[in-house]
Amino acid sequence: MTDQSAVRESTSKGTLRVLQLYPRDMNIYGDWGNALVMQRRISWHGYTPELLEYNVGDPFPADVDIIVGGGGQDSGQLVIQADLLERAQELKTLADGGTPMLVICGLYQLFGHRFVTRTGSEIKGIGVLDVETHGTDERLIGNVVVATDEFGDVLGYENHSGQTTLGSGVAPLGTTTKGMGNNSTDGHEGVRYRNVVASYLHGSLLPKNPAVADFLIKTAATRKFGSYSPGSLDDRYVAKARELAARRPR
Amino acid sequence: MFYFSVPLGKLVRKVSRLRGGGSALPGLVVEKIDPGFMQRTLSTLPHGVAVVSGTNGKTTTTKMVVELLESQGLKVFTNRTGSNFTRGVAAALLGDVDWRGRLDADIAILELDEAHAVHFVNRVPPRYCLLLNVLRDQLDRFGEIDKTADLLALIAAKTTDTVVLNREDPRVARIAEQLTGQDVAWFGLDDSLLSTFPNDDDLRTAPGGAVPAGLPSTPDADVVLRGVGADSATFEYDGATVTTQMKLRGVYNIFNAAAALTLARRICVAGAAKANQDTLLTALSQVEPAFGRGESLTVEGQPLDLVLVKNPSGFRLGLKSFPAGGYATMVAINDNYADGRDMSWLWDVEFDSLRDGGVDQLTGARAYDMALRLQYDDVRIGAVDPEIAPALASFIRSAQGKPKRIFCTYTAMLAIRRELSKITTVEVVS
Ligand SMILES: [Zn+2]
Repeated sequence: MTDQSAVRESTSKGTLRVLQLYPRDMNIYGDWGNALVMQRRISWHGYTPELLEYNVGDPFPADVDIIVGGGGQDSGQLVIQADLLERAQELKTLADGGTPMLVICGLYQLFGHRFVTRTGSEIKGIGVLDVETHGTDERLIGNVVVATDEFGDVLGYENHSGQTTLGSGVAPLGTTTKGMGNNSTDGHEGVRYRNVVASYLHGSLLPKNPAVADFLIKTAATRKFGSYSPGSLDDRYVAKARELAARRPR
Repeated sequence: MFYFSVPLGKLVRKVSRLRGGGSALPGLVVEKIDPGFMQRTLSTLPHGVAVVSGTNGKTTTTKMVVELLESQGLKVFTNRTGSNFTRGVAAALLGDVDWRGRLDADIAILELDEAHAVHFVNRVPPRYCLLLNVLRDQLDRFGEIDKTADLLALIAAKTTDTVVLNREDPRVARIAEQLTGQDVAWFGLDDSLLSTFPNDDDLRTAPGGAVPAGLPSTPDADVVLRGVGADSATFEYDGATVTTQMKLRGVYNIFNAAAALTLARRICVAGAAKANQDTLLTALSQVEPAFGRGESLTVEGQPLDLVLVKNPSGFRLGLKSFPAGGYATMVAINDNYADGRDMSWLWDVEFDSLRDGGVDQLTGARAYDMALRLQYDDVRIGAVDPEIAPALASFIRSAQGKPKRIFCTYTAMLAIRRELSKITTVEVVS
């Protein structure tokens, strides 16, 4: 595998720049796994990955091909909130323009219009996604399986007390066959909008759901180079991992 | 009513022991008929109650404090962890009190799970507490690590005399700012060792990256761990530096030894005993890890180390503390309730250190999650079998003549010990 990941510059199909949003403050529940999977699979497909970080106060990097962002604790969300609002227009322009993105849990919520806490105070989101979230006393925890048209079953683990409802401008990622997802009522999980995938699932999401990872890579490569040619990847463990994970109790 | 509660409880304890039952029933009986039993009995202790809490290392640290104080001639009451904390303490008390309910001990040293903290400290305000760390552990149960920090802060607030805090863990250190009347004592690390003790905020931040601030200035620590050798450790306290042999393995255990030493010395200084430095150090050098917290067994003439891993920081420390060189390695990952059901944490551990030797065997309900994790870190994988018994047998067969090491989650460790007890001597779990 060491040979596979060391794609020499001369044979590379091109460089893809992956930006991690707020890895310092929003990194709970294995969010690094998503960035790592981007880095490795880009390289295994024959491209050259460039992993970038954006933290509070940094200059926002130009020419970003893929964006990934994760969840945080209350304290982490407070730290990034003002900075994220300042970046709202840039992120919105990128998302509307078709930049592939994956946002999980906390950043999924903040990519919506607002988060209304249990006590009724409102945290403003950046409105990239037509969703809003309400804090509840109920914590949705456990293994989740989501049936999706685009990626087949998406597997992961949810742990959140914010419940998200979707507006008419977006579609859900899929329908849960195990677990709750966006909220405890409508059976929907996550959001699809343009090339943005938003979800409550960690686990981490991308390792056990390579179809989502490859969608982000394919979209980025096609946008940047006009075409995409995948490599042949050794996915022998992921099939077994998915099979076993799907059988685990809630 | 309580005249009868102790004899009755003791009787239930005897009967349930004879029938091979656990400790919960007698504790339950006493709780029901005499709810004040635990509080009343503990309040008779001349030097009060000390609690040890934090995410990692409570059990072994509690054991260390107990053995340190016993080396100074104190009679110490302590608990074993169980599913229900107060009931477990009540049951343990029943075993130790006489028929009239008197406890023959000078002090109680109790391991207190964060989840049970509120309930316990509201009933029995401890005289001392020792707060080790706040790490990501079983978030699916406690929600968030900041909430765990709040629970530890509550223990500190209810403590009447001395609060012992980890200077190097920002979430623990900040608890000092909220305290009003208590004395605060610190244990700390030499700067040179800081990098080997990632705190939870460093997990994904490059060295030198910003970490939420601990305190504006670094407080002086009672005991500082200055260095760790292969089987020795160097501590500094009272302005002197001492090196001692250690039976405990793993740098994180040894850092907790500094914590235990800090608390034990504070208890002595407060009048419980005359602290004799030589006997304290001798006792420290002889402490062995608590059950299930990593142990070394012998299988077919070769050492086999079990290393418990239950959260990313613990796994990282385990990998740092037990270098892979020369060892055959197995990893066993279960996701039962006691292990934590969310597998995300495996992605917060870097496995580069296993790249040279690879991992010979993977097992457990989430063996393939682990395989995937190692694949993404370019670590060579031998065999994968989710069933623990055959995986263990094939690991032992294939690594004949080599020392072996197994990293395992809690319930995987229980299963492995059960299998190993068929072929070697393993301490009996009580
Ligand atoms: Zn989450």
